[in-house]
Amino acid sequence: MNTYTYYPGCSMSATGKAYAESLETVAKVLDIRLAELDDWNCCGATAYFSVRETLSHAISARNLALAEAQGPGRDVVAACSACYLGLNKTNKYLKEFPELRKRVDSALDAGGLKYDGSLEVRHILEVVVKDVGLEKVAALTTRKLEGLKVASYAGCQMVRPYGFDDSECPVLLDNLVRAVGATPVPFAMAARCCGGSQMMTNEDAALRMTKNILLCAQDAGADVIITTCPLCQMNLDAFQAKVNHAFGTSFNIPILFFTQLLGLAFQVKPLGIERGVAKPGPALARFIS
Amino acid sequence: MKNPVIGVYVCHCGSNIGSVVNVPEVVEFAKGLPNVAVAREHKYMCSDPGQDVIKKDIKELGLNRVVVASCSPLMHEHTFRKACESAGLNPYYFQMANIREQVSWVTTDKVRATEKAKVVLVGAVNRVVEHDPLFVKSVPVTPATLVIGGGVAGIEAALQVAASHTQVHLVEKEPSLGGHMARFDKTFPTLDCAACILTPKMVQANTNPFIKVHAYSEVIEVSGYVGNFTVKIRHKASYVNNDKCTGCGVCITKCPERGIPAEFESGLGNRPVYVAPDAPQHGKKPKDTFGKRPAIYTPFAQAVPNKPVIDRDNCRYYTTGKCRVCEKMCEPGAIDFDQKDWIEEIQVGNIIVATGMKTFDPTPMKNLGYGRIPDVYTGLEFERICHSSGPTEGQILTWKKESPKAIAIVHCVGSRDDKHHRHCSRVCCMYSLKYAHLIKEKLHNCEVYEFYIDMRCFGKGYEEFYSRLLQEDVRFVRGRVAEVSDWGIYPEEKGRLVVRVEDTLAAQVRRIPVDMVILSTALEPAENADHLKHTLHMSCSSDLFYLERHPKLAPVSTATDGIYIAGACQGPKDIPDSVAQAGAAAAQAIGMIKRGVVEIEPTTAHIEESMCTGCQICIPLCPYTAIRRNEEKRIAYIEGALCKGCGTCVGACPSGAAQQWGFDDRQIYREIEGVLAAK
Repeated sequence: MNTYTYYPGCSMSATGKAYAESLETVAKVLDIRLAELDDWNCCGATAYFSVRETLSHAISARNLALAEAQGPGRDVVAACSACYLGLNKTNKYLKEFPELRKRVDSALDAGGLKYDGSLEVRHILEVVVKDVGLEKVAALTTRKLEGLKVASYAGCQMVRPYGFDDSECPVLLDNLVRAVGATPVPFAMAARCCGGSQMMTNEDAALRMTKNILLCAQDAGADVIITTCPLCQMNLDAFQAKVNHAFGTSFNIPILFFTQLLGLAFQVKPLGIERGVAKPGPALARFIS
Repeated sequence: MKNPVIGVYVCHCGSNIGSVVNVPEVVEFAKGLPNVAVAREHKYMCSDPGQDVIKKDIKELGLNRVVVASCSPLMHEHTFRKACESAGLNPYYFQMANIREQVSWVTTDKVRATEKAKVVLVGAVNRVVEHDPLFVKSVPVTPATLVIGGGVAGIEAALQVAASHTQVHLVEKEPSLGGHMARFDKTFPTLDCAACILTPKMVQANTNPFIKVHAYSEVIEVSGYVGNFTVKIRHKASYVNNDKCTGCGVCITKCPERGIPAEFESGLGNRPVYVAPDAPQHGKKPKDTFGKRPAIYTPFAQAVPNKPVIDRDNCRYYTTGKCRVCEKMCEPGAIDFDQKDWIEEIQVGNIIVATGMKTFDPTPMKNLGYGRIPDVYTGLEFERICHSSGPTEGQILTWKKESPKAIAIVHCVGSRDDKHHRHCSRVCCMYSLKYAHLIKEKLHNCEVYEFYIDMRCFGKGYEEFYSRLLQEDVRFVRGRVAEVSDWGIYPEEKGRLVVRVEDTLAAQVRRIPVDMVILSTALEPAENADHLKHTLHMSCSSDLFYLERHPKLAPVSTATDGIYIAGACQGPKDIPDSVAQAGAAAAQAIGMIKRGVVEIEPTTAHIEESMCTGCQICIPLCPYTAIRRNEEKRIAYIEGALCKGCGTCVGACPSGAAQQWGFDDRQIYREIEGVLAAK
């Protein structure tokens, strides 16, 4: 059994609760142990980096320092794409920019902490696809999701700029979809921004971006969109009604975390599917029982 | 040895040296140095009066050593050596002190510059005392020339050399001469039919009694040195006896294997065939021959030589053991399944490399959709779509065989891009304009968009061609294309391709629906350029094209004497420039053949036999493969004509057996002592 230091981040206990539940359930089946980082704090979040750069790196580095002490040599795994990006960015910047490193080190030192830069930060999708492997995922599948058309939405932060997948045409999620017997649909918007936190500050712009993603999935005939990020899931799901209102559309596309899709194929529970706002259509519903 | 009598000459080089270095002071200083009989200054030592001063002093004062303190030896060492020689002094009794590039140009403080000039001068005066007379050797030149690459540059070089009535071997790796130009429809900016101007030259090359065309062949080994190269050519087995083959083409029409993507049609044959969703499903699937060729083929109708070859990897006889249809059909009995590759060895005096280029594969640029979206084409593919002998017979049709209503041409794909190639590929702006014109000519109502960063129309008549296109209702959008998507948001985009681009002149992001996208891809060195580089011991510049000896003054020479480069193997180039370079390279080759001998610099390395331990460290280090092993004596020896005097072996030899004429330890130590002792 592989053990990873798991960094949940703030969304996983709130809007991404279904992600947390399904991940916990699926991790057991996949035989991976996610040891939650004790006393973790905010990842620094994408927005903060452009406001106060050093401070945001210091916040992020605190998590890495804790992880190094609690699980030396273990990879740090995040499920939220924003957390993955933030932690990864700090991890790389500390190696690349000695000046920043000096300042962050002194901040950590004030709190009695220290980070040597020995860890790798990874996304849970990478762990599932590369460490566990598609063959094992296929072997663990007890009910093939045959006939289910899936739009794989990787979003922007997981694949840029430190992506482990192609940043323009990501393929790993599609491969995973095939492994559980479902059918990936051609999805031109797979790596486009969902609007992110603009949904709070510039709703008009964000709604238009979300609308285009939903429209692309609908055009492709998708029964469901799967995501790897709590923020993407929230924008696409919780704001779907608002999109419909603003653009006169009538989308009703369920937005699942990829871990929920795996759970359906493994026939395990709980997966938190009932927490979704857009309700599953018949194509998806037949696998939920 | 006679006592050294040295003359020292310090040059002002106009104000280049004189304005920084106090020349009279250096001259006074020189007069006090041991063995110096005379020291003088001159405004321009390289001028005739300057040289005359040296000559006069040699004769009247009996100088037997000369030192000139001036510019880099690269500039004028030859000039001063000649001056010494004409006054009866061995030219290698001359030494140059560089007080321009290494002193006046890089030192601003006048006092320190003057002191440094003195230091450099003492080194030279000290060194020249130890000089020995050396003699230039002459070796005869084999009056034959090898041209590698049968594209337009190679053909031109071969024809020009052959015009001097000397033997030329023209080696081409494909079954036919012609290169890239044979695939082109029209040429910019004159819109000549490319085949109409190229094929006569191909025929001339093939029928010229002084040119031996080695098609479907490769150069695998080159040894020897300037004037005397031995070249091994591998003739690939074509499984067709060219002496018997009449070129009738029956084998080609009868070959049952017809689905091999044709190299000549660029990538067109690689696309899956389009099947309409409502097409009847019954019956046998129609054969897909779009951009395909049979297993026995000539690349194109006007191939020269017109002899087919069998593609062994795809031939049914070789893959399944059954077929031999071509053999049965061939009346003269030319098919020979037992043919093997064979090696030919030839002797030549010069080598002209004209291996050309290939185009960048845009598949890694996922945002542009090549390889994923069938209606995204490379420029070379579109060239074939436009061409009357291409798979669409010159009709511009989309993948679904429909007439496009709008076409996007994307410039700088892979060029001027830090992720791929930093260089500008030079020809793309122009061929993109040519495509726009050809589209407008064939489809009057088709919208054409050119997405460019800068328009670079540098050649004769090119800017005029651009102006003409501006009048032809072509839409020019300045901006780098962000994405080509096959999913449209708006009704007018549905079922079409959408080009997303920042229009940097209108300052807005645009979405432009089109039906076809042409990527103007970068030019790269040819596939086997790197391999050939090692075979010929050439160098490449950072863009991986072959490196010329001097970017301005020796653009077709290489660091290796007797090896020249022409055409796009040296850098992206259009047809006129390629042809001009081919002519220049041919002139160099003819010049050497006409001279009949080459002079070999005597400052080469040699092995002191008594000191060589036979350790062989030097052999693999030599970049010119000039060092061999004498098996009998178990020591190394250096082929003088191959040695370029780089000194690598001298530095590496652990026992000091490798020494270089004109650079032996005695001379170098004396120079260093001089530099260190001064001051």
